[in-house]
Amino acid sequence: MKLPPYADLLGATLEWDEGLPVLAMPFSDAVLGRPGFVQGGAITGLLEVAAIAALRHQLAAEGGGRIKPINVTVDFMRGGRQRVTRAAGIVTRLGTRIANVEASAWQEDRARPIASARMNYLIVRG
Amino acid sequence: MGIETALAGIAGMDKVRFGGHGGRLGIGYHAHGDGWVELALPYSEEMIGDEDSGVIASGPIFALMDIATSLATMRKLGRFVAHATLDLRVDYLRPAKPGHVVVGHGESFAIKRSIAFVRGHAHDGDPNDPIAHVSGTFMFLEDVSADLAKGASA
Repeated sequence: MKLPPYADLLGATLEWDEGLPVLAMPFSDAVLGRPGFVQGGAITGLLEVAAIAALRHQLAAEGGGRIKPINVTVDFMRGGRQRVTRAAGIVTRLGTRIANVEASAWQEDRARPIASARMNYLIVRG
Repeated sequence: MGIETALAGIAGMDKVRFGGHGGRLGIGYHAHGDGWVELALPYSEEMIGDEDSGVIASGPIFALMDIATSLATMRKLGRFVAHATLDLRVDYLRPAKPGHVVVGHGESFAIKRSIAFVRGHAHDGDPNDPIAHVSGTFMFLEDVSADLAKGASA
């Protein structure tokens, strides 16, 4: 799976965990918000790249299609510290035109997320 | 102009550090007023999220609106207070046109003791044809009761 230029801007790379895509973003000045913390927009950007990666992965099995974002709602639970942030998406429903996706971001412990998001996407089947 | 212009005349500016993610995205100042701030996000191929269309990813628009609504809250409060985004929702009404500057308008419409309620919208040239609409909340990491007593709240 090829990531878009925006993933490079974030410094994010693709990892696989049990056959599912996980995005990893090291801490850098490019993602810094208030001193010592990752900016919420960078965390959200990572969540959105992870959500689209999960959706693209599942969609590929059904012949692919184009993905257009409709909206995102993000809850920030903990500050993102100066270390690697990871994010993964879960497709809760993939319909013919709409996909509902959830994504979460964590640092050391996946069970202690720093942020979680709910997204809706419009699917244009190929 | 740098985004610090949006906070001109605000106490505690020395505590604010600009640059970081907003700087990496090239976010700059556009305009401001009482309780609102407008920032500009220039187009860059580095922000592309869909290589077929050249449309930028939604993440930079989220970052633009997070920063614009955050600065709008400081503007309304009249001084810098440490705060964190609690939640933010963005509706992406349509894709931003490739090559266009995106202008994000953030406003803080209610400030309470612990929480600021914000909203905003973004456009890529025509304010009557928005590309995004946002609403969210920030939590204050310090007590702002004294500021509210002085009339910072609407």
